[in-house]
Amino acid sequence: MHPRSYRPLAATKSAAAPDTQGLPKGLTEGPLVTRAHNGRRQVVAAANAAAQALGISPGMPLAEAEARLPGLAVHEAAPLADQAALEALGAWCLRYTPLLAAPAEAALLLDITGCAHLRGGEEALLADLLGELQAAGYAARAALAGTPGAAWALARFGQNPSIVPAGEEAAALAALPLAALRLPPDMVQGLALLGLERIGQLAEMPRASLTRRFGTAPHQALDAALQGEPITPWLPEAVLRQRTSFLEPLLTAEALAIAIQRLVAALCDELARIDRGARILDMHFERVDGSVQSLRVGTAKPSRAPLHLARMLCEKLDTVAPGFGIEAMRLVVPLAEPLRPQQSSAGFAGAPHGDIAALVDRLSNRLGEGRVFRMAPTPSDVPERSARRVPPLTAPPSTWPLDWPRPVRVFTPPFPIEAIAALPDGPPAAFTWQRQRRRIRRADGPERIRGEWWRHEAETTALRDYWQVEDEAGRRYWLFRRGDGQDEATGDLRWFLHGLF
Amino acid sequence: MFSFMPQPSPRLADPVAALRAKIAALERGGLAPAHGPHPFGHPALDAALPQGGLARGALHEAAGRGPEVEHGTAAALFIAGCMARLGGPILWAMERCDLFAPGLAMAGLPPDRLLYAEAGRVEAVLQVMEEGLREPALAGVVGEVTGRLSLSASRRLSLAAERGGGLAFLLRRSRRPDDPALEEPCSAHTRWRVAALPSAPPLRRVPGLARARWRLELMRARGAEPGEWDVEACDATGHLGVVADIIDRSAGAAPSATTVAELEYEYEPEPEYAPALIPAAGRNKIRRRA
Repeated sequence: MHPRSYRPLAATKSAAAPDTQGLPKGLTEGPLVTRAHNGRRQVVAAANAAAQALGISPGMPLAEAEARLPGLAVHEAAPLADQAALEALGAWCLRYTPLLAAPAEAALLLDITGCAHLRGGEEALLADLLGELQAAGYAARAALAGTPGAAWALARFGQNPSIVPAGEEAAALAALPLAALRLPPDMVQGLALLGLERIGQLAEMPRASLTRRFGTAPHQALDAALQGEPITPWLPEAVLRQRTSFLEPLLTAEALAIAIQRLVAALCDELARIDRGARILDMHFERVDGSVQSLRVGTAKPSRAPLHLARMLCEKLDTVAPGFGIEAMRLVVPLAEPLRPQQSSAGFAGAPHGDIAALVDRLSNRLGEGRVFRMAPTPSDVPERSARRVPPLTAPPSTWPLDWPRPVRVFTPPFPIEAIAALPDGPPAAFTWQRQRRRIRRADGPERIRGEWWRHEAETTALRDYWQVEDEAGRRYWLFRRGDGQDEATGDLRWFLHGLF
Repeated sequence: MFSFMPQPSPRLADPVAALRAKIAALERGGLAPAHGPHPFGHPALDAALPQGGLARGALHEAAGRGPEVEHGTAAALFIAGCMARLGGPILWAMERCDLFAPGLAMAGLPPDRLLYAEAGRVEAVLQVMEEGLREPALAGVVGEVTGRLSLSASRRLSLAAERGGGLAFLLRRSRRPDDPALEEPCSAHTRWRVAALPSAPPLRRVPGLARARWRLELMRARGAEPGEWDVEACDATGHLGVVADIIDRSAGAAPSATTVAELEYEYEPEPEYAPALIPAAGRNKIRRRA
């Protein structure tokens, strides 16, 4: 039986070579380090090859590094970005094997058991991998061995690249330093005080005496490296998808609805496992004739409620033309967002009204994007700019000032009217709108609103005088006149009907 | 006296009321529990309605009168006031949005309570209303419907409102003044016509505008007589006001509502608008910005 072959790949991205992408050219050539704070002082988190060649190593105090090398380029370390980049690299490595340990410590551990022949053997696979990484700008070391521990040790401290045949791990590891066993640094130092520096020396030591001093950790690490340990498979956070195919092509909407419910239920289970909710769902219907029809629904906030999502998809089913039948369906989540499990309210306290997110989704999918909205105040006194549409689930923080009368309906654009008024600041006595003359009985105003010079040049001097007027029947109108009636530059004195109360 | 006497159980206490409740439940088809009333807080209106207010879980209708049916602004404010007093989120569906949100906020509907749905077509407005009425998270649903509305469409909305328990309002609009289509039968629980009335002078000899007045006409109501009331328009909390002239008059001399309006209409037009810029402190409406 062929032993499992592990290939950790010391992708030395964050540990030995700082991320040089996105830096200005020229900086990538010279010595460069990233800095981090270890709780007491600034230390070098990582150094590039040029810096390491000049004797700067990770863990060194930053002050010392800068003293040794004035003009050293120092950048802030970004461990989260490093980890994200390493995970992206791990996802890319899935082309070589489906089994991958969780990327950590700047290393990727690939189990290539039964996969090497697909790339023409182990050597070819290793060369291919290192070549691809180098082309992508990474400095990488790789090793291939029968156990994860041995592969990790060789990738860090052995030759690059090295391949250890099955059963020869002990011999290959013997000359490597004890740090290769991933022991804690103080234990490595303690063992070094006893003269134990190489893995081979540790293997020869009687176990009982060492256990009394250091516990079982050194030998456990050694055994793991020589005999193997399980790895936990890791999957990148990939696009979520569910697919189902049918023995007989489906033709009716009812059958499609049942299939949608099953797919959505399976997908929601998957979403619940990773604490996420879907924002966009794409349903692809693969027809017998080879063409694909698609539906897309979106949610206003992440959701993994199967009934809700299935209902939204089913509502759009009448836009799908099944043709000669649908032989497979694919449900894809192009956008998912974190959604923690929430405790349902006990019903004593809290808002008596529930969540309207599901309703908003149903209405938005029925009417189209942007047709369900709220109005939110904007800091402007010009009436048509004082309210704007916002997405329905954003709560507007405040309301409009209630000191000035505002109509309930407005005309956009304002309706030009003929009005008679005394200059400069009298209210209109009558005006004509819809071919009907309306005598004004009472009026309130003017409310003077000036143009916003910071928006348009022309608004620098423009102003409007607004009047709330009531005609003989008691109907109220919101009129304005362009200009103050004295200065030509403020407006042309034309009257407009802007709204109705 | 000690109450050793056996207390009659409340059911037995008023068997007629119990039977009435049973019949009412049967009439609803055993579908939904009775939803409480939504009082206006206006004594005359609440007294005229059988439940002491608008029934929740039912469809109501409001429209303007005469030429006002085109924009229905007074009716819209009347509905906004009813919804404002309800509390909770409101869905307002219309074909195309010509509402001005600051104006609705002045009637008591702040922006965080109001959700707009621009449906484009009348049928879509009705679908949106029905969808909204089925949603228990909404307190009320308003739909602006232009033109004709079939009886079965309004019946669907009534049933949806009964199941959901929210307050449903149809705002009927039409491009024709006094459109006969608005007089066709409708399954709404109450049907209102809201028309503007000339308002009272704010203060003697001072120009300006007092609170608007409406004539509320209850054309049809299930279990109530039609009626007409003159009210003052909704305030910032959505409450209608009692017309002050009626309050101030002595009880014996109180004329009917129509006479009040007629009396009021004999206003003397202010001779000139000379003191247009109101001189009183604090009422200077000129907004000057640097």
